[in-house]
This record gives sequence, C-alpha cells and structure tokens, in this order.
Amino acid sequence: MSDDYRRIALDGIWANNVVFSQMLALCPLLAVTGTATNGLGMGLATTAVLIASGFLVALLRRLIEPEIRIPAFVLVIAILVTIVDLSINAWLHDLYKVLGLFIPLIVTNCVILGRAESFASKARVLPAMFDGLMMGLGFTLALVVLGAIREILGSGTLFANASLLLGEHFRILETTVIPDYKGVLLLILPPGGFIVLALLLAAKRSFELRRRAAVGTRGGDRDVGGKEITI
Amino acid sequence: MTARGPIGGPHTHSGASVGRTMGLVAVALVPATAYGLYAFGWPALFLFSGTVVAALLWEALSLKLAGKPVRLFLFDGSALLTGWIVAMTLPPWAPWWIGVLGAFVAIVLGKHAFGGLGQNVFNPAMIARIFLLISFPVEMTQFLEPRPLLSPGAPGLAESLAIFVFGHAGFDAISSASLLGTVKTALGQGTALPDILSNSHGLLPLAIGAVPGSLGETSAVLLVLGGLFLLATRVITWHAPVAMIATMAALSGGFHLADPARFLDPATQLLSGTFLFAAFFIVTDYVTAPATGTGKLIFGAGVAFLTFVIRTFAAYPEGIGFAVLLMNATVPLIDHVVRPRIYGRTRSGEPIRYEER
Repeated sequence: MSDDYRRIALDGIWANNVVFSQMLALCPLLAVTGTATNGLGMGLATTAVLIASGFLVALLRRLIEPEIRIPAFVLVIAILVTIVDLSINAWLHDLYKVLGLFIPLIVTNCVILGRAESFASKARVLPAMFDGLMMGLGFTLALVVLGAIREILGSGTLFANASLLLGEHFRILETTVIPDYKGVLLLILPPGGFIVLALLLAAKRSFELRRRAAVGTRGGDRDVGGKEITI
Repeated sequence: MTARGPIGGPHTHSGASVGRTMGLVAVALVPATAYGLYAFGWPALFLFSGTVVAALLWEALSLKLAGKPVRLFLFDGSALLTGWIVAMTLPPWAPWWIGVLGAFVAIVLGKHAFGGLGQNVFNPAMIARIFLLISFPVEMTQFLEPRPLLSPGAPGLAESLAIFVFGHAGFDAISSASLLGTVKTALGQGTALPDILSNSHGLLPLAIGAVPGSLGETSAVLLVLGGLFLLATRVITWHAPVAMIATMAALSGGFHLADPARFLDPATQLLSGTFLFAAFFIVTDYVTAPATGTGKLIFGAGVAFLTFVIRTFAAYPEGIGFAVLLMNATVPLIDHVVRPRIYGRTRSGEPIRYEER
C-alpha cells in the first residue's frame, strides 16, 4: 500500500508532472508565471482545489452516473473554485488584486477535470486526495521554477511581492538578484513563457534520456531508486 | 566482375551547395555592409565582428549539443551569414551584449531549436531583431547620423571600444531618430506630413544611405546592387522581391494620393527602414519562404501589405520584422494551396488520359 502512495508522489512531482510530462494547464502557466510569487500563489490555490475535488469526487463516485459524470465533476470543481476565489479575496486581498483574474479560471484548468476523470473517480478517498496534493505540488513546482527563471532573467528580481502572499515575515524572500537591471521585457510577456518552458522541457528530456542510458534499460521510466515505474 | 559505384542516369551537377550559396549572398552583402561600417565607424565594426563571432560560437555549441559534426556544419557559411544579417539590422552603436544576445536568439532559439539548417519555420535574423526590439526598446532605437570613419566627429579606436563594451553614456545628446521614427512621432503629435518631411534629408541621401538607421540597412542603392547580383547569379528568384516592392508601391501610392498629409509617398516607403534589405535578403530565404513562384508572389505581397499596415497604423515605426514572421507562419499553408502540377497528372492530381492509338 505504501508503495502505491510512493508511486502517486513520484508521478505527481516528476514522472507524470502536470506541466513537464502531461503538458496540461499551459494557459495559467503562461499567464501568471511572470514572477515566482504569482506562480506560487496560483500553484497553491490550484493544489487546494485539486485536493478538495479529489476528496469530493472520490466520495461521490458511486452516486454519479457515468453518463453525466463530466457535468457533475465540473459542478463540483466550480463550487470549490468559487470557495477558493472568495477566500483569497477575503484574506489575501492584495494577492487577489494580482491573481484575481486567473483564480476563477482554475475551473477551466484541464488538470483538475483530468485528475477527477482519470484518478479520483476510480480511487478511494485517501489516495484521491493524496494524488490531488502531489499533482498540485508538481504543478506548483513547475510554476515556481518557471516563474523564478522568467523573473530573474526578465526583471532581475526573485519573489517580488512575496510578503503579499505569505505575510510580512517572508519579506526577506524578496531579493534583487541583479541590481540596476533594465529587464528583458519579452521574457515577462507570454512568448517568454513559451520559450523558457520549451528550454525546461528540453532539459528534463535530456536529463531523463541520459539517466536511462546510464541505467542501461530499454524504455520504461525508472524512479530514483532504479525501480521501474509503470504508468 | 568487380563492384563499381552505382550507375546513375545522365545527371549533371549544377555546382550548387550550401557553402556556395552562402558565399554568393555574402558577396552581395559586402557593398552595403562596407558602407555601413564606413559610415558609422569603429563602434559598428566592433559590433559587427562581435555578432558574427558570437553567432559562430553559438552555432558550434548548438551543433555539439545536438550531436552533429561541428566542423562540417560550422564552416558552411550559414551561421556566419545569420550573424552577419543580424548585425546589419542592429543600431550601429549598440553595445556588445545586444549583438551576442541577438546571435543567441537567432542561432539557438530561431534555428537549432527547430532542428537546424533547413528546418526553421521562422527567419532566424528576424526573430532576433523582434526579440531585441521588444525586450530593449531603448537600445534598439538609438540611431545616429552617419559620422564616417576618420572624419572629425567620429570616435577614436579607444573610445569606440568603450562604446562597444559599456554602451554610450551620453547617447541622447548625439542620437537622431530614423526617418520612420520621426514621422511616426510627429504624426502622433498632429503635425502634417509635408512639414515633417521638409526638415528631413530628402530622397537622395535616403537612397545613398547618408541617414540615421541600422548598421547595414541605410544604403538603398547598394542593397539593390547586392540584390541584382543575387538575381544575376540565380541565387534568388525575382518573385518575392518584385511582389513586395510592387505591393508596397501600389498600397502606399493609393493612400498617399488619397491624403498626402497623412500617408508617406511610395518612394520614401520603399527607400526607408529595412524594406529593400528585406526584399532582397530576407523574404528570399530558401528555408522560410514558399517553394513555388506563385507562392513567393503571395508571400512577398503579404509581407509588404503587413509592413504597410504596421508602419501606418500600428505603434511601431517599422513593421518588416513582424510582417516577415507573420508571413513565415503562413508558408506551410501557402505551400499546401499552391502546388505545382505533378508530371503526368492534371492540375487536380488526376492521371492524364491518353487516347488509344
């Protein structure tokens, strides 16, 4: 059983990463990753929705008729996103001003419907929630890495406005990496997102190919311990 | 019997190769480049060499990463030419990192990310130019009046090196907008076109190149000379340049006749900015242009149309780069629609039926 959880965790964060392997959720990815902070906020909000939708969908999976499962999932997700949207507006209002436009769009994020359809509707409650958590963390990781690279290269800062998201204690995260930097505007704009994402994908692919060659197997991903991962 | 080489049909080789084509294009670029280097002095020479060397280094790195034979492809002239063309589109006194970054974008992102020579969808030099223009609007629009090599106003060797390495501190004092930039700004302020043009250089300097502009794009006459050389050596065909020039002349002519106070005359449109450079050296690129004559006509006309629209109605004074990239994206579609008749078949692809005799 613990093995299953381990595989779910590996899938979510690396082997079947939402962005780097499934290539899903590219719209919010490109829209909000101008800074690492925005990426982190968006990632955490999506993670919250993923966990909750995993819980509800797995709980209701025997009640939902297969013929109407998609509208039912969408309804569940829409309710959850509305809750997250209103919560952020209430408690993290400054962040809401930055991310506000994109939070309601989590509804249309294909990752959430995708996980509901392909995992939560066939799993028990705990694994479904754990899958939501890990997929969400993998998504957050992708958003933060992409945001950090675009932010450093594009505007010379890292975690700008982090205090808005995490509170005053985290003001120390806000760093100016390159002083007197004039910025590379294109990297902040959506094309920059595509370019950096493509370079990251190439890097991940190259890393995996090299490791596979080193391990010397024919096909089949392997986890860090060299154990074959079957998806 | 001893095995011989395979016996082929009676074919003859035209002698065309990547290296030869690139060499001829380089020869065609020499006059305009030499003039640009002369007109803008040592800083331009440093920028030019820096960009070309950077292009070769990025090419070598990309080839190595891709696992291709470095020596074979590095010296086929394609990277040299890409770096060369990128340098020609830069403001002449831009600092070194503009050239190095431009070469990176053109070679690594524009060319090798798509699979290397012959695989790129978009013109690498234009990608570099647009990347730089959007990212560094200040550095990419700092033009200046020509101050020829060794003339009184030109910077010395040491000063030029400083401009190349650190950028020019007091650039605002000596900078001078390009004609299209001046026109765009003044029209935006409500000045009528004849008043703007009365203060400008006039058509003759625009044709010779004695005006502010990018490193290798100012001299219309020398660019046309290079273009005619390429036509004469059959490196390029006439379709795309002619379509581009004719479309621009017709469009700007029509609008100019309708309202001379708002729309530039065709001669100025053709002679200014990147237009003639693009007509002969950019839209004729083998890789990113359509394969057929008709396709090239459509392609050239489209580039000219979009350029006119961007120059006249959009925020940027010069629109060639955007126009070329947008039209590059339509090339697969053009090639899909415009197809040559297959030998032995009708235009619709049916086999030709012969009467029984």
